[in-house]
Amino acid sequence: MSLMLVVLVGVLFATGTYSMLHRSLTRIVVGVGLIGNGVNLLLIVAGSRPGLPPIVGKLTGATDPIPQALVLTAIVIGFALQAFLLALAWRSWTIDGNDDVEDDLEDRRIADQRRRQIRRSEAERRAERERMLSGDDNRDPQGTDAR
Amino acid sequence: MNLIAPLPMAVPLLAAAVALFLRRWRTAQRITSITALAGALGLSIALLVHVDRTGPVVARIGGWSPAIGISYVIDRFAAMMLVISMLTLLAVLVFAIGEGSKNAASPIFHPVYLVLAAGVAAGFSTGDLFHLFVSFEILLMASYVLLTLDGGEAQVRAGTTYVIVNTIESVILLVAIGLVYAATGTLSMAELPARLAELDPGIRTGLHLLLLVAFGLKAAVFPLFFWLPDSYPTARSPVTAVFAGLLTKIGVYAIVRTQLLLFGETDSTLLLVVAGMTMIVGVLGAIAQNDIKRILSFHIVSQIGYMIFGIALGGPAAIAATIFFLIHQIPIKTSLFLVEGMIEHSVGTSRLDQLSGLARRSGFLAALFLLPALSLSGIPPFSGFVAKLGLLTAGLEARHGALVATAIVGSLLTLVSMMKIWLSVFWGEASTKRLSTVGAAAAEPTWRWPLPMVISTCGLVAVGLALAVAAGPLYALCERAAADLTTAGNYTALVFGP
Repeated sequence: MSLMLVVLVGVLFATGTYSMLHRSLTRIVVGVGLIGNGVNLLLIVAGSRPGLPPIVGKLTGATDPIPQALVLTAIVIGFALQAFLLALAWRSWTIDGNDDVEDDLEDRRIADQRRRQIRRSEAERRAERERMLSGDDNRDPQGTDAR
Repeated sequence: MNLIAPLPMAVPLLAAAVALFLRRWRTAQRITSITALAGALGLSIALLVHVDRTGPVVARIGGWSPAIGISYVIDRFAAMMLVISMLTLLAVLVFAIGEGSKNAASPIFHPVYLVLAAGVAAGFSTGDLFHLFVSFEILLMASYVLLTLDGGEAQVRAGTTYVIVNTIESVILLVAIGLVYAATGTLSMAELPARLAELDPGIRTGLHLLLLVAFGLKAAVFPLFFWLPDSYPTARSPVTAVFAGLLTKIGVYAIVRTQLLLFGETDSTLLLVVAGMTMIVGVLGAIAQNDIKRILSFHIVSQIGYMIFGIALGGPAAIAATIFFLIHQIPIKTSLFLVEGMIEHSVGTSRLDQLSGLARRSGFLAALFLLPALSLSGIPPFSGFVAKLGLLTAGLEARHGALVATAIVGSLLTLVSMMKIWLSVFWGEASTKRLSTVGAAAAEPTWRWPLPMVISTCGLVAVGLALAVAAGPLYALCERAAADLTTAGNYTALVFGP
């Protein structure tokens, strides 16, 4: 009985993670929603045994109400979060016509700098090698002096 | 006194609602939020004095037994954190009002800011794991709004990363809480230590790791810090200042509780390694940057490493040093960001390559920067030195020589990156032109700031200095708080009470 729910939790987490790995913010929102539902189910499955009634009237053999209270809170929080994310996606779309999550500019600057450095050092090494080869051929003292 | 315990949370939250109604009356809104935060600060101070004299305060919300309901537990540690965070929140609010930026003028700035304050207060005072999650969500939701309040391109880009990372953190925390409940049948931090101790070691370690990952993401420790330097610098200076001062520290606070209360007596090798890496990677990141805000943001990460180091060492001496470090870090870090805000207000940029010679223009500003910067680097007369000395002494006593060396290297590198800011921003030829016009129309840089900005920045710098002056009594208080925290069974006994 709860095996089905456990499998469902797994599926929700897997699909949610998959959608969150996209660049488009709308898909990420879908992913957040799926994972959020997965967590809520997990709370229910983990929190109490299946098959018992909720607390109504007498308290004999009722299911534990705390996980349900937790899930209720989590649902409200998740709802607010998804609404905010959608607003963010919309804002991103009004600014530049898409809702892709972009790279950090500073990261990009440092990566560019590093790439340029590597290119420069490779060019230097190539020049060095050519100089050594040509130096072996005609023993030019100026060739070894030059940087 | 029990009735006062939830008030530092409740007063800002109620004031947030009032401020939302007052959105058309700007002055009334400002008065409401300043009064609310000042009130919360007053209550926190009263709580601290009371708690230090007569022992912790426990408030059972709704009169439920702590095993079922939520209880607010304020011990010395929580009360100290409440006082310093309310003080910082108040100072930054005054700064934001003085700056008169678009941000603070927005009708929803004040309500959201007050909600953030309520979330912070709830996080420090709760004695229930799920309520801790809820208070994280309250302050996170407020921080999402504050971060993206301008709605510019950079804010939306950085806000997206920030929101998604924190969502994932919430998911992990919620899973951890669900599993803790499934394994133990309680979420009260007073009951958990005993119930967790009965569990199978494998399950215990799993739960411990899940909680540490969630809180570690919040606190921005080594492998999980990538989101912080990316998102914090894009917000307005006052917002970044309050984030830098408070948000990561709540993660650290939660890690302290997890380590000392819920999972005492565990192997701390993982935390030690994480601490060392956080110190070094954070500060190396800072040196590579080219913008004051980004350098300072990387410093947040690096300083978190020191706190984790103290937590990993355990023992009353190390915990006392960690608490002192936390208390000193909040105003120091915030005041550095406020000084940065003053620079930005004058010159319109915080990029190192566009700034120079500010010391010639305004020696006052340079002094305001220098004092907290030296304190952050741990130079002797300042509070940072006291905190680091305590940590290193505890580290040497526990024979963790390698980590102590790492901490010293990290500290020197912090000084190097502070020198980098100092050399390129304050020394050199004074540039006269205003580089970009943010807000003000003047083409010339102004060296006069609105009075509230100056007062709040000076106030926080003075608090930082006062921590050094009053280091003796304060450290004694930290030691008492640490003794509370490290005595096993203490917390449970006081929550369930006689």
